[in-house]
Amino acid sequence: MDELEAIKVTFFQECEELLADLEGGLLAMQEGAGDLETVNAVFRAVHSIKGGAGAFGLEPLVRFAHVFETLLDAVRSGTVPNTVELAAVLLRASDILADHVSAARGLGDVDMGASAAMAAELETWTDPNAAPAAHAPLVEDAAPVAAAPAAASVSGVADDDAMDDDDLGFVFVPQTITVEAQAADAEPSNVWTVSIRPKSDLYRKANETALLLRELSRLGPIKATLDDSALPALGELDPEAAFVTWSVRLETEEDESAIREVFEFVDGDCDLEITRGEGGVQDAMASLLAVAEAPPVVEAVEPAPAPAPEPIEIIAPAPVAEVVEPVAPAPAPVVEAAKPAAAPAAPAAATPKATPVEVPGPGQSVIRVDPERIDRLIDLVGELVINQAMLAQRVGEYGIAPSSNLAMGLDELEQLTREIQDSVMAIRAQPVKSVFQRMPRLVREVANMTSKQARLVMEGENTEVDKTVIERLSDPITHMLRNAIDHGLESPEERKAAGKNPEGVVRLAALHRSGRIVIEVSDDGKGINRERVFGIAVKKGLIAPDLQLTDEEIDNLIFLPGFSTAEKISDVSGRGVGMDVVKRSVQALGGRISIASRPGQGSTFTLSLPLTLAVLDGMVVDVAGETLVVPLAAIVESLRPKPEEVRPLGPVGSVLAVRDSFVPLIDVGQALGYRDHSPAPTDGVVLLVEGEDGSRAALVADAIHGQRQVVIKSLEQNYQQVEGVAAATILGDGRVALILDVDATIAMRRRDGGAPRPTEPTLIAAE
Amino acid sequence: MTRTVLTVDDSRTMRDMLRMALVGAGFNVVEAVDGEHGLEVLSAHRPDIIITDINMPKLDGFGFIEAVRVDDDYRAIPILVLTTESDPAKKQRAREAGATGWIVKPFNPEKLVDAIRRVAA
Repeated sequence: MDELEAIKVTFFQECEELLADLEGGLLAMQEGAGDLETVNAVFRAVHSIKGGAGAFGLEPLVRFAHVFETLLDAVRSGTVPNTVELAAVLLRASDILADHVSAARGLGDVDMGASAAMAAELETWTDPNAAPAAHAPLVEDAAPVAAAPAAASVSGVADDDAMDDDDLGFVFVPQTITVEAQAADAEPSNVWTVSIRPKSDLYRKANETALLLRELSRLGPIKATLDDSALPALGELDPEAAFVTWSVRLETEEDESAIREVFEFVDGDCDLEITRGEGGVQDAMASLLAVAEAPPVVEAVEPAPAPAPEPIEIIAPAPVAEVVEPVAPAPAPVVEAAKPAAAPAAPAAATPKATPVEVPGPGQSVIRVDPERIDRLIDLVGELVINQAMLAQRVGEYGIAPSSNLAMGLDELEQLTREIQDSVMAIRAQPVKSVFQRMPRLVREVANMTSKQARLVMEGENTEVDKTVIERLSDPITHMLRNAIDHGLESPEERKAAGKNPEGVVRLAALHRSGRIVIEVSDDGKGINRERVFGIAVKKGLIAPDLQLTDEEIDNLIFLPGFSTAEKISDVSGRGVGMDVVKRSVQALGGRISIASRPGQGSTFTLSLPLTLAVLDGMVVDVAGETLVVPLAAIVESLRPKPEEVRPLGPVGSVLAVRDSFVPLIDVGQALGYRDHSPAPTDGVVLLVEGEDGSRAALVADAIHGQRQVVIKSLEQNYQQVEGVAAATILGDGRVALILDVDATIAMRRRDGGAPRPTEPTLIAAE
Repeated sequence: MTRTVLTVDDSRTMRDMLRMALVGAGFNVVEAVDGEHGLEVLSAHRPDIIITDINMPKLDGFGFIEAVRVDDDYRAIPILVLTTESDPAKKQRAREAGATGWIVKPFNPEKLVDAIRRVAA
């Protein structure tokens, strides 16, 4: 049942949204929002998760959601007071609910012990006397759809034993004696008399006697008789009132409950009498009929055929919304694009089905598109950019004047291409919210584990960034947050002693700054203990004991491989991953990470990443006959050094005097192994670059060709990782050019002390 | 003639489930995400049958049913509410608001079509 599977995918997507809503609402409640709308929204989230889970027969999820929902319902109705403590419990419950959802999805397990304990805890809130752990399985939810497709018989007897006498609202008198009597009279045992006297309420609820008769006729041949004796004269007739009584003779093999079932919906809205046999009413009716002119008799011997479902044509989608079926059954997030600000009820339009989609309501146009299509489009636009660059270069080679129509047309083309590229990238841009919303839970858990009190403040969740970057943000942020709580924040006692609020604040913010996305993680903890950091670095042999370092340099020591300030690796920040790994993974994305710390006041980690990993602004340079691209973001300035500015340092190295400081000179050709002997720096061009850690270097190249936007082609995916090279690109002339990894180049120089690299690189411009 | 069913539910999963069952049974389906939206769609599409959830933002199922019933144009439309077994009080309230019948969640397509047949001509 593919369609059902597709709906299941939708369900899990919806669960993610609902869980996020749930958490948001609970956090608001924790902050003191006690308004009914918040509580209602929280209730609905759990209710909807339970509803969908029930439909798919996800029993453990249903059970937990039910207990959760029951408590929320009590909060909603005011029987359980809405307090901050309650919100804290509910938040933990929401974490377990999320685990249940993941488990139902086949991703991970639920700690059933914790789940049962939480369920018991929730129950004690609803009923303070409830015995803990008395978490009886609930039986209220009937068979799941998938499991019992054909269970419902026409009469619905099988699945509706829920309708008991209480429900019916009147007392049913067993007729055992009559049956025997009728048997004695040799009357057919399967004849029933049903007397129906509708009240006006029946019609007010849009029920219809004719339909009840039709339903009865499905049980067997019927003969219905109308008693309209109570009908007033037309002039006095209240059209809204009910005056008639029906008497129906029914022959059926079904039992009484099946007959009663027909009247389930009109229970209480009509006087109903069901008796076995022809019954006295029938006789009375018969005499009435004899008098009445044109007695309205309904004869329905054959059961009316069920409404024949005609296959219907797929209705053309409403003009505003193109709907694309999500292709992958995997829970891959579907990119939602183009949300019009004016859409009054946007979720309605998000109906990702191939079946008739008639999107109601005005002006809603949310498009759901398979992400692969967008990726393909982005690739194609990338090719277009390259192609346009090639064209421009060819035209340039023919020496056509820049003022000519052709050259101007090309300029316009370039502008258009760039705009298309920006627009396409914007489609794939997503708010960082999807990553941020996982963090409150993390903070709670880490705070719990480390016995700290922490409050997470998030800012800029709607900052948009390319999908390729979003996917890679989660790990560094997770690690920085863990670090901030574990190492940054003090224990509540220490904080009190220091005159601080025992609850520490961890701030997670996202913002755009000069074409990059910046993520800041800061805490109001004790700041970096520089003496200790320095001591550890010395002890671990990472630095010389007599090294003179500035405060910032000491702070940056924590990024060194093999550095871990925790005496014992706590199970929180531990995992064998240090900040060095974070730093490297960030750098691999073309990002930077930096730290600012003030003793006693806290630390701020700042992560800056390109908005996309698909394109890059770079400087095209010539080195030893090869063309390379240096990321523009790393370049501080370019200059032609004068001979007196170059000073030798050590046997092979040299430094460049830039204003009042010296920076190491690195010949790119030598660093990458293109040549053994560097030409004099004064013959070439020097690019002053700054690494992620703020360290500077002067890269020597032979010539500069200018600035260009290039489309990044991954080297790892197409070939393998090469040290000193971040990626590759295709230039306007069709040649492959390598993109220099500035940080790796600086690091190599530090490590090798400027000695030439022995091996030839295996990948050079090839076509 | 193909009959049109308006489904009103804030849960996308539930709307999809309803759509699958209803389209499979030969109905035309229009959807709304809450009671307010339901009233808009109602006037635009004039459905033959309405199926509505109870717990919804903006305008809940009770309010929605009441609003449909006070409108002379729509008060004869059969309305089925989606309910759970656990809450007979809710079912009763929905009936008082003017619901024609109900469907107990979780439902299967047969149960759903059965309920529709019982209230719709």
